[in-house]
Amino acid sequence: MRRLALSDEVLMTVEKPARYIGNEINSVMKDKEKIDIRFAMCFPDVYEISMSHLGLQIIYDMLNTRDDIWCERVFSPWTDLDGVMRRDQIPLFALESQDPIKEFDFLGITIQYEMCYTNILQILDLSQIPLHAKDRGENDPLVIGGGPCTYNPEPLADFFDLFYIGEGETQMLPLMDAYKANKARGGSREDFLVMAANIPGIYVPRFYEVSYKEDGTLASFVPTREDIPAKIQKQVQMDVTNTYYPMKPIVPFIKVTQDRVTLEIQRGCIRGCRFCQAGMLYRPTRERDVNELKRWAKSMLESTGQEEISLSSLSSSDYSQLGELLTYLIEEFQDKKVNISLPSLRIDAFSLDIMSKVQDIKKSSLTFAPEAGSQRLRDVINKGLTEEVILEGAGTAFEGGWSKVKLYFMLGLPTETEEDQKGIAHLAEAIAERYYEIPKEQRNGKCQITVSTSFFVPKPFTPFQWATMFPKEEYLSRAKTVKNEIRSQLNQKSIKYNWHEADVTVLEGILARGDRRLCAVIEDVYKKGAIFDAWNEYFHPDEWQKSFAACSVDPDFYIMRERSTEELLPWDFIDMGVTKQFLIREWETARKEVVTPNCREKCSGCGAAKFKGGVCVEGKN
Amino acid sequence: MKVRIKFAKTGAMKFIGHLDVMRYFQKAIRRAGLDAAYSEGYSPHMIMSFAAPLGVGLTSQGEYFDLVLNSATTSEDMIQRLNGAMAEGIQVLSLVQVEDGKASKAMSLVAAADYFVTFREGKEPCADWESRIADYYAQERIPIVKKTKRSEMEVDIKPMIQEMRIYNHGVFLRLATGSANNLKPELVMEGFGTFVGQSLEPFAVQTERLETYAEQEGSLIPLADLGEIIG
Ligand code: SF4
Repeated sequence: MRRLALSDEVLMTVEKPARYIGNEINSVMKDKEKIDIRFAMCFPDVYEISMSHLGLQIIYDMLNTRDDIWCERVFSPWTDLDGVMRRDQIPLFALESQDPIKEFDFLGITIQYEMCYTNILQILDLSQIPLHAKDRGENDPLVIGGGPCTYNPEPLADFFDLFYIGEGETQMLPLMDAYKANKARGGSREDFLVMAANIPGIYVPRFYEVSYKEDGTLASFVPTREDIPAKIQKQVQMDVTNTYYPMKPIVPFIKVTQDRVTLEIQRGCIRGCRFCQAGMLYRPTRERDVNELKRWAKSMLESTGQEEISLSSLSSSDYSQLGELLTYLIEEFQDKKVNISLPSLRIDAFSLDIMSKVQDIKKSSLTFAPEAGSQRLRDVINKGLTEEVILEGAGTAFEGGWSKVKLYFMLGLPTETEEDQKGIAHLAEAIAERYYEIPKEQRNGKCQITVSTSFFVPKPFTPFQWATMFPKEEYLSRAKTVKNEIRSQLNQKSIKYNWHEADVTVLEGILARGDRRLCAVIEDVYKKGAIFDAWNEYFHPDEWQKSFAACSVDPDFYIMRERSTEELLPWDFIDMGVTKQFLIREWETARKEVVTPNCREKCSGCGAAKFKGGVCVEGKN
Repeated sequence: MKVRIKFAKTGAMKFIGHLDVMRYFQKAIRRAGLDAAYSEGYSPHMIMSFAAPLGVGLTSQGEYFDLVLNSATTSEDMIQRLNGAMAEGIQVLSLVQVEDGKASKAMSLVAAADYFVTFREGKEPCADWESRIADYYAQERIPIVKKTKRSEMEVDIKPMIQEMRIYNHGVFLRLATGSANNLKPELVMEGFGTFVGQSLEPFAVQTERLETYAEQEGSLIPLADLGEIIG
């Protein structure tokens, strides 16, 4: 039987001890004596969030297909255990073997959102690994980062030995092979990093030197050695059917956020919304083969015993075989009492028919994400959804018995005016009015419209990467404008309004487009006790303010200015496929309020065609 | 048809709470491919009833739940399939067919349970604790202060302790369990600490449940013995 890293006394005093014991169904145990590479895969947040992440399970499965590699998991200890581990100097451990992370060859951290940056330092610190990559020795694990935030890894550059830029399926195994070869040869850590830096997609920050202009913007970003490439090519898994996918996902004992199996039906999105980072990062859109997906669904449900399956993609309605897939899932699994949880589909006759088969109409709600309140602003952001389409979809649904609607918007978008903000209230009102057009006897009580707004954060590699942000007070006043306008609508009693906190938005904005100078700030605030910034109850914006001041870093530099398209951006060293010229063109087109057609209507020559596949070659073979 | 499944919960699994064990079994039964019956409605669920919830931190050799099946193979086959779908630390020990109907529900049948309690090293309340157990149990009344959220109440737990003796350097306990009378082993041991004048340190004991019983005509019968093996 395995020995647990934590004593019974500790496990009995912390909340949810099941977070720390491993042993879940489909978790992978190996004999460490027969392993060449020990890899700790980390999601720097609490277990329930971490275990809901598909990417982590894909990499875990892929690495564990190799007999010479054992990939285990490690997540952020919750604040209660964090205190105990610091007090008793218990080194952070992996869930499977319960061995200390510091004994591993690699610590791979997936970085999904900016607000987890302090948790990354917590992981390193509790693992007793030096925070700075340059301070690590031959026996320390190599710390590698991956995930969407690594498309601008600079604010974390000091803490990582290397970053993997792109989709994990392509170069992770070659990277592992390079590590083995170097070890066999008796090469040093430095030798390996040079090898790694020459593998496509691998960025080793210490081999690049940054200089700044007087105004604080980047002057240069260059390799320090001749044998290191100047540009990093983002990795894309072009064949998304014949590739790694976990047929046996891990089944947590405790309820996690996504307590179901996930079927990723495609990568990428054809739509090109200008605010959306994922839409640009994962170009071109690549569909998985529908027959293979059916087989995967069946295997995953059988190997886990899960009672629910959900489809995942950025825009499921655009998956060309969606009808066939959903019909199969319903016919095959509904009798077996499997819940089919639908992703947010475009509301039309087809999706309503499907929804009526798998959900209780009275309880389920329709989801629309117009993102902006007016057609003008929707054109600016290239969100092709019109009021007409929304009202038509909602109308059909209301007549079919639905009465709940969720609407998602963003505030703080480029060019946004008060009229656009008020437009949110007017759209909600129009939907309510459409509902009450239905005769009283035929409708299902009152309608419930929930409007949610988040504040827009410009992200690297989007057409809005040059846009300015606003002070916290401005965001809140925009939310207030929406709130007041909703309150003055005829059907205001049927409309509920939620908005997000603005402090988080501001910090997220700083970190998203930050540079290496932010490393010091993150370290400073962490040392003052910041962790779990993604959790409201633990996020202390004042502490961050103090750390900016302590490090003489002006946070406004990163958010309160519109960048010039001439400026050298901290993430420009990454070759995304999508070209900077395309992003500039989109940024200009946006401000002309002109929409760009989606990839299936017309190719706009974004640059991703260089990967030679997916939607760029659809119908052209 | 209704079957009663007996299982052991050991090792790290003692940290999995009662509700999560239920969820665990729902999935395990699906993995094992048992033909479980479901309730009607939009969120159908398996029809299962657990005998006596076990506290987090306790291990057990005698946990039970009842499950309604649409069809069955043999006990042996189903045990094997279930054990093929288990995590380390949970083992299915028996599966028998029991009478249908509410009156025969595992939960409502439970009358008593056996426990084996040991002190963790160095956490014994006194050196001669083994000899003091008999004195503790020999008292006419064993008053204990039971704390609930609202009040404190003194109760005599003696009638709920059916047996208490030293066994293999630990304490064997047979305690009233179930909806009518329910006594937790921790409470008995806390009382013992007070009795010897040394209140126990937190987590001083490790407890294992050994068996769960129903009462029939004045005698205790293990829950599994109320059913028939499916041959
Ligand atoms: S190259 Fe054209 S088709 Fe391909 S992703 Fe870009 S815009 Fe779409």
